[in-house]
Amino acid sequence: MVDRPRLSDDDLLDRLQRAAFDYFLTNYNPANGLVADTSRTGSPSSIAVVGFALSAYPVAVERGWMTREAALERTLVTLRFLSNSSQSAEPDATGYKGFYYHFLDMQSGKRTWQSELSLIDTALLLAGILTAGAYFTDHSEGESEVRTLADLLYRRVDWRWAQNGKATLSQGWKPERGFLHYGWEGYSEAIILYVLASASPTYPVPSSYEAWTGTYQWENLYGRDFLYAGPLFIHQFSHAWIDFRGIQDRFMREKGSDYFENSRRATYIQREYALRNPHEFRDYGENSWGFSASDGPGMERLRIDGRDRRFFGYSARGVPYGPDDGTIAPAASLASIVFAPEIALPATRHFCEHYPDIINEYRLPSGFNPTLTRNGSRCWVSEGYFGLDQGIVVLMIENYRSQLIWKLMCQCPYIGKALRNAGCRGGWL
Amino acid sequence: MSANSQIGPSTWQEPVSSHVTSNGYDRTLLQRLHPAEWRNPEPQDRYNLVVIGAGPAGILTARNAAKVGAKVALIERDRLGGACFNVGCISSKAIIRTSRLYAEMRNAENFGAQVPTGISVDFSAVMERMRRVRARISQRISAQSLTLMGVDVYFGEARFEGPEAIVVDGKRLRFRRALVASGARPAVPAIAGLAEAGYLTNENVFDLNECPPRLLVLGGGPLGCELAQAFCRMGSQVTIVQKDPMFLGNEERDAAQILSDALARDGIVIHLNTEAINVRTEGNQKLVDLMGDDGKSTVTVDEILVGIGSAPNVEGINLEAAGVQYDKDTGIATNDYLQTSNPRIYAAGDVCSGTKFPHIETAAAQLVVHNAFFWGRARLSTLAIPWCTYTDPEIAHVGLYIKEANAKGIPVKTFTVMMHDVDRAVTDGEDEGFVKIHVREGTDKILGATVAASHAGEMITELSLAMTAGIGLRALSRVNHPYPTQAQAIKLAADAYLDSRHRPVRRWLLKQWLRW
Repeated sequence: MVDRPRLSDDDLLDRLQRAAFDYFLTNYNPANGLVADTSRTGSPSSIAVVGFALSAYPVAVERGWMTREAALERTLVTLRFLSNSSQSAEPDATGYKGFYYHFLDMQSGKRTWQSELSLIDTALLLAGILTAGAYFTDHSEGESEVRTLADLLYRRVDWRWAQNGKATLSQGWKPERGFLHYGWEGYSEAIILYVLASASPTYPVPSSYEAWTGTYQWENLYGRDFLYAGPLFIHQFSHAWIDFRGIQDRFMREKGSDYFENSRRATYIQREYALRNPHEFRDYGENSWGFSASDGPGMERLRIDGRDRRFFGYSARGVPYGPDDGTIAPAASLASIVFAPEIALPATRHFCEHYPDIINEYRLPSGFNPTLTRNGSRCWVSEGYFGLDQGIVVLMIENYRSQLIWKLMCQCPYIGKALRNAGCRGGWL
Repeated sequence: MSANSQIGPSTWQEPVSSHVTSNGYDRTLLQRLHPAEWRNPEPQDRYNLVVIGAGPAGILTARNAAKVGAKVALIERDRLGGACFNVGCISSKAIIRTSRLYAEMRNAENFGAQVPTGISVDFSAVMERMRRVRARISQRISAQSLTLMGVDVYFGEARFEGPEAIVVDGKRLRFRRALVASGARPAVPAIAGLAEAGYLTNENVFDLNECPPRLLVLGGGPLGCELAQAFCRMGSQVTIVQKDPMFLGNEERDAAQILSDALARDGIVIHLNTEAINVRTEGNQKLVDLMGDDGKSTVTVDEILVGIGSAPNVEGINLEAAGVQYDKDTGIATNDYLQTSNPRIYAAGDVCSGTKFPHIETAAAQLVVHNAFFWGRARLSTLAIPWCTYTDPEIAHVGLYIKEANAKGIPVKTFTVMMHDVDRAVTDGEDEGFVKIHVREGTDKILGATVAASHAGEMITELSLAMTAGIGLRALSRVNHPYPTQAQAIKLAADAYLDSRHRPVRRWLLKQWLRW
């Protein structure tokens, strides 16, 4: 793709957003509503990607890319599957205690890859479910069913069980081993998880949010004060659904900041890291940054430009502590458009203009690595596409353009209640 | 020399053969730390202080007490120096140095140098150097040197005989104050087949004369990480298994992550959130079944090194007779003054539940003498005690961790400087790591600090000094550091504090002031 003639910002964003949304059209199983984790052959479904898909359908309706009926149909198929599929401690169930396994077989909907019962991925799925419930609000039979199912699916999640007797939530559970024996520590994308857990009308865990914030690190790095987390997706995922502008909990009140401003600073720190480029990777710079969970070249050691280089596969790359192997996640920098459009958009234009061969019809790959060149290529580029990348691009561009998802979630009674319970004030609250 | 010390044929026959090799350095070592001809002195009427255990805490306390003129007895059942000196810190640091040299040789090209051809590790030479170094340093803690300082040194099993007396080698030592510093022994996990297959601990790993081609390290604490990296760099194919999600237990997450990356870069196979559940042998091989989050797997190795921690040496001392309460798993409970449940008896070092670091033992020695003899009320919790894990990069810490401050309700702000922003670290090719200084929010008071850097153990001292002397970041920013040095990272952090104070109003005022 070559960005010529130069598109306006809005036209460029429209094409990028539409291309990202198309992922959900082509990697979807109409029998159960599941969406594939990646576009690669044989990929299972990721329940988090399903959550992004459920949130993307309203965007597509509002943008005229899909009829409301088609979106409703897809949503109903998905919610019916989620409510009717097996919930048990059996190792091949779809979920347990209202939570879902991270990866499901695209056809059968059963647990696959020996994956864990994932709390964060369930939270992202629930965010999508609640978005659907907030969007389909007319009194037709279908839209009423969406709201009923959304409420049912949210209410049946047993958050208290997931605490495993502790103050904070566990990261997951496996039928073979029980709870994964590590919890959420430090700031992360789990803010939406804690919000949803504390608002549950059936199994609330109100004190867990405060316990979690007790693990935060407030740092001054590269001259900026911020709540530290390395990978950019951590500063984005919860913000795809919740408008945190001006909202402060106890921690943020103490620091005189808010989570939205924090993500803005984190975005600038990513750019600053690229400018400093401590490991001297190729093509890091003012408009070439984006370090996040993304695909990578794979586990490999090579000597390049007189230096030993170690590459990784799919990994949560972050700054400034790494891992960093020269891989850039273009979707991550674009998804920061809502926080810092003045640097996110130039970065996306840079990728489009300097790497037209890796961006197919405006759809961004999960990762590319200019340091790793082979067989005459200018850089290594991830094969296919990843649903999480496409989902975050659709939602964040929409929030930048119309705040649609934010507005929908403001209407969801659970979210406001949870934030207030957590001691949050300000913003739309 | 104490009046009743004697050198002569010993009547004490406790075997120490497990440590004895034919190596000449070890003979020298043994002669200094447990002379074969040693004869225990006749006890004085009543000692001001009797110390059980001649590890770092015991020796330092005995020395300090002798320096102030106290009548002191020091009892050791094996070798002076304890595990730290004989089978711990000194031994490991010696081989870590050599292993670092091998790593640098292999990495020479990244420094613009030639990689030496045919690098091969002479493991026995590495171990011989370690024994030479250990023997050399042993002079400072020899039985003779302690005796010359006025310490009555006894070899034998100590046993309380009431709250005021200890018996050793048939002699009854009466005391006004006592210190239990009997140390700890390696804890061994209950893994089916481990005992039958055989394993190494810090007590015998330094007796090896051949580097195991494949080594499994159980435990990702300081000992496990240090030795895993050292053996890997000396040619072992190392796998490390840690049951927790990160290395180094309580260390800060980012430090543990940097260490994890460093170990992986060296080629160590890392299994976090994993436990060994079974061991079996096939010929000379040990097959270890692991259970991790991704299920069961098996690793085949030649040796297994256990480094999961230690168990306190509380049995056999008859602590009950002295009214000293203890737990066989966690050790002797002490208060903040290091007093046990018998206030005239103190405890320090690995035998205690809360002071299991050699760095703390040094501080504890000073504290015990102060509190025991001078009605002091010095508290352990008020001391700034640094510690360090000697991997590459090293991980050092002093003071509070962020999570500790959060738990106490203290608002914290951290000033972070990456080593890649420190010129000398870049020129040295040692730019992995960071300096993090935690201050009370809104002030420059240093609450704690973590340094992950090639020489973190040296760098943390400046921050320890600052905390001890009550120096804040504002004053630290006025301390000139030689340029370029890696310690300049600390000044950069202090400068970042000053910059953060330059809020918009202040910036505006400065701008107005500088309009000339």
